[in-house]
Amino acid sequence: MKFLENSVWENKDKYDVIVIGGGHAGCEAALASARLGMRTLMFTVSIESIALMPCNPNIGGSSKGHLVREIDALGGQMGKNIDASFIQSKMLNKSKGPAVHSLRAQADKALYTKNMKRVLENQENLEIKQTEVAKLLTKDNKIIGIETISSGKYYCDAVILCTGTYLQAKCVYGEVATNTGPNGLQAANYLTDSLKDLGIKLNRFKTGTPARVDKRSVDFSKLHEEKGDEVVVPFSFSTNPADAQIDQVSCWLTYTNEETHEIIRNNLDRSPLFSGAIEGTGPRYCPSIEDKVVKFADKKRHQVFIEPEGLDTNEMYLAGMSSSLPEDVQYEMYRTVPGLEHAKIVRNAYAIEYDCIDARQLKHSLEFKDIAGLFSGGQFNGSSGYEEAAAQGLMAGINAARKLQGKEAVVLDRSQAYIGVLIDDLVMKESHEPYRMMTSRAEYRLLLRQDNADQRLSEIGYEVGLVSDQEIRRLRDKEKYIAEEVERLEKTHIGNTKEVQEILQKLGSTPLNSGASLKELIRRPELSYESLKDIDKERPEIPDGLAQTVGEQVNINIKYEGYLERQKRQVVQFKKMEKKRIPGDIDYDQVRSLRIEAVQKLKELRPASIGEASRISGVSPADISVLLVYLTGAKHE
Amino acid sequence: MMQQESGTIAAISTAMNPSGIGIVRMSGERSIEIADRVFKSIKGKKLREQKSHTIHYGYIVDGEDTIDEVLVMLMKGPNSFTTEDTVEINCHGGIFVVKKVLDLLIQNGATPAEPGEFTKRAFLNGRLDLSQAEAVSDLISSQNEYALKSSVSQLKGSLKEKIEKIRAEIMYDTAFIESALDDPEHISLDELPEKLAGELDQWLEEITELINSADNGKILKEGVNTVILGKPNAGKSSLLNVMIEEERAIVTDIEGTTRDALEEQINLNGVLLNIIDTAGIRQTDDKIEEIGVSKAKDYANSADLILYVIDASRELDDNDRDIMEMIEGKNTIILLNKSDLNMVLSEEVIKNNYFKDQDIKIIEISAKNNQGIKELEETIKNMFYEGNLAYNDQVYITNTRQKNELSKSKESLLKVKESLEMAMPEDFLTIDLLDAYEHLGQITGEAIGEDLVNEIFRKFCMGK
Repeated sequence: MKFLENSVWENKDKYDVIVIGGGHAGCEAALASARLGMRTLMFTVSIESIALMPCNPNIGGSSKGHLVREIDALGGQMGKNIDASFIQSKMLNKSKGPAVHSLRAQADKALYTKNMKRVLENQENLEIKQTEVAKLLTKDNKIIGIETISSGKYYCDAVILCTGTYLQAKCVYGEVATNTGPNGLQAANYLTDSLKDLGIKLNRFKTGTPARVDKRSVDFSKLHEEKGDEVVVPFSFSTNPADAQIDQVSCWLTYTNEETHEIIRNNLDRSPLFSGAIEGTGPRYCPSIEDKVVKFADKKRHQVFIEPEGLDTNEMYLAGMSSSLPEDVQYEMYRTVPGLEHAKIVRNAYAIEYDCIDARQLKHSLEFKDIAGLFSGGQFNGSSGYEEAAAQGLMAGINAARKLQGKEAVVLDRSQAYIGVLIDDLVMKESHEPYRMMTSRAEYRLLLRQDNADQRLSEIGYEVGLVSDQEIRRLRDKEKYIAEEVERLEKTHIGNTKEVQEILQKLGSTPLNSGASLKELIRRPELSYESLKDIDKERPEIPDGLAQTVGEQVNINIKYEGYLERQKRQVVQFKKMEKKRIPGDIDYDQVRSLRIEAVQKLKELRPASIGEASRISGVSPADISVLLVYLTGAKHE
Repeated sequence: MMQQESGTIAAISTAMNPSGIGIVRMSGERSIEIADRVFKSIKGKKLREQKSHTIHYGYIVDGEDTIDEVLVMLMKGPNSFTTEDTVEINCHGGIFVVKKVLDLLIQNGATPAEPGEFTKRAFLNGRLDLSQAEAVSDLISSQNEYALKSSVSQLKGSLKEKIEKIRAEIMYDTAFIESALDDPEHISLDELPEKLAGELDQWLEEITELINSADNGKILKEGVNTVILGKPNAGKSSLLNVMIEEERAIVTDIEGTTRDALEEQINLNGVLLNIIDTAGIRQTDDKIEEIGVSKAKDYANSADLILYVIDASRELDDNDRDIMEMIEGKNTIILLNKSDLNMVLSEEVIKNNYFKDQDIKIIEISAKNNQGIKELEETIKNMFYEGNLAYNDQVYITNTRQKNELSKSKESLLKVKESLEMAMPEDFLTIDLLDAYEHLGQITGEAIGEDLVNEIFRKFCMGK
């Protein structure tokens, strides 16, 4: 099918912002834009597939949970939506430090889509339209609108590309390849050429998903049950924790074995990944089961989590066994796994290949450097995961709106948020695979915790206009209580009275030799703000809704004070370099003594600050010194 | 690594010669505070209570030990070269004392200055005018290139291997912890603390050893880099042996027995010579020897002094002419060896044929009979005291920096140990593990980049 060129039909409605795509990035982008007063139009190839979760049935996870919290703190929708759609929830890494605690919830996929769709459909200033966008319209390197596959022209001042894995998508398993998007949905086949015409450089990435099996065919007696947390912590800071205490469903654990691996090894030549039918680069962090068997040949077994896809469906997701092997091999290998001996496959596992961009063409605001008014977010930018997508969609939506309102872009830096780390990595570093968030990517991890995302970001969200008065009041109250309590605990000294010693003994702590401040006591690993309440006679009344979270913050601030202070000092250094701006019109050829490699990289990436420049591979510390000297000289002039 | 702009820097600001007086300069917000920790004024005054641009007499002390009698000059910002608080310590006790004073400042919180850093700061703080910007840029880039080259290339092979081994082990453990944090349902850390505790002790022991060897000058040899050049069997090894009076180099009559460069350090009444004996230079087909020859050329290139040994009992040939090319423009002493045999070459012949109108020193020696060696040593000493020869400052700077990085990596590992003993959660351990990794990387010249993420994916099977 060729779309009709030379159409004369023009839509008379003028939009401010057009969002292309209705996935997790598109939803956040469209909502943010509309909520900031922009007349917004969202295009999707399938309205039923708004906020679709075509792969794993969960939101959150290590570091991804942090992203969801941050989206929520900034006024995004993802946290609220999963709170209304989850069927199991867990706080991961609870035995580790607070910086790596991470929420992960199993979603009822259909409900997640339904809830998000309802929010979008009822959002003021937002319209949704089902059709494929075929072309971007520009004038003098500036966006003026889009053209649909049926050649309708829609005019606007900004476009946000959130095409996910749909561009020239190709799904493959075994010898079968179809030109469809995820889940057999229609691919977007025209936009790529339009992007190329605009000079945008594209990459081809690959990812994959495991099979779904029929719950009735699973032998649960052979599986290990994995239950949710007894007390569920909601994602959204505005969700009442009481509302999150639901009846949860279980996930199930089993393992592959040598027999499984043998079948895979014997059929590797039929895998499109190994035969070369797939050219895209796949992610190392979510390898297919055939990848795992080849790369980690000494591992005798791999875990498989069997997860429900929702309450109203019998489909179960086989986490850990994504594959692109042929259908017959899939049956054979899945049925070697204990509990899956008689598994009926509802949907085959497949790999998907799609066009995305080298995100180094973007500014930190997620606007293209060379095309004014064109923004992009999500998997199209070379990331992976629902949460990463939503985070970028939100920022692209905010910044498109702000651009049209003549306001400065909101750019979060690496010391403020995982979102800042994510976007900085995407737009600064070359990537050969879909980018996934990891806590180890965040240099200031101890400060970027999921528990303090509101303290880090909600004032920014409020300033932008996405966080309500009520939410900000609650945050300010909370911060006031935390600060007052930490100060009071430091000043409150208690003597080694008999009563105190008895309480300490009961708590398994050593008795006091002399007096101590309550703060000093809380530092002891076995003690906490809560456990000391009998000793702490002057503790003020904290409102019910805040008591728990204030206690948590007080504990963290006191127990890890030394480490936190250390990272804060590093952040001061970091910020100094970020604040040293490099003028946009700098001519690197004129900077004497810069090495050639550095000149090339700097010209290509055009960093906005010395801090950004220092993170470019190929730019050495000496180059940075030279650059600083040059900039100082320019200032004198 | 973050470019550090603030922070207090220190360096020796006088040439490294044994004239006796040396100045250690320190600049930055903490310089007065740091100086106060190591300086004991005769009158018991604290520097922080003194006026700017004053000179104070007293001692530099390291705990109970007095290091040197010094004059300290205090210049408070902005009225100093860098516009920052600056302290200059004038020492009297010679090179080793000056170095000791610098070490002490670094132990107390100063950072070894980057090449050109005092000037850079002066410029960035608006102290120099625009016309000097280019000169500053050139200085930074050329000195950095040199420092980088010297720090990596002059690292001894075994040292580099040791550091790389420790780094690889640290990275493995870090990646293991991080992969478990990233994928807690697949990877368990149950057995980590014990394994890590054992490794920590091992690393700490090895690094402590390295720090001690740095004190003994074994990381990079400081001193006048002296290279002995000459054709095979000209008597290079014999000369070296006479000079160090120990039979370490193998001396044989078979040409080309000295395959590797040998290094020895000798002290000529306070002039430190770092002597490298090289494989005999000649055009060769032997692969192993060829490597030795090309190495010899490298050494000659970066040498402060060349001792060119000529076998005076044989005529010069093409190989000699190759060497003549190599030594052009270098500080060279030509030694006519084997004066105990029939000499076919004389001082006049060499001078008239090759070094006409040049001030070249030619000495007749017999390494075998220990003749002319005293004269050679006197000549070297005179060159040094006349200022024609100097220590390689860059090597010294590199050494100080490397020792500093070793100490910092040790500190970081001690913090890991402490956290481990306090049963801190594992994610706190990786903070200091990565710091140690980064400090060690500074020595081998490797940036951290994407090491961690790559190691996680390479070594550990992630879920999903």
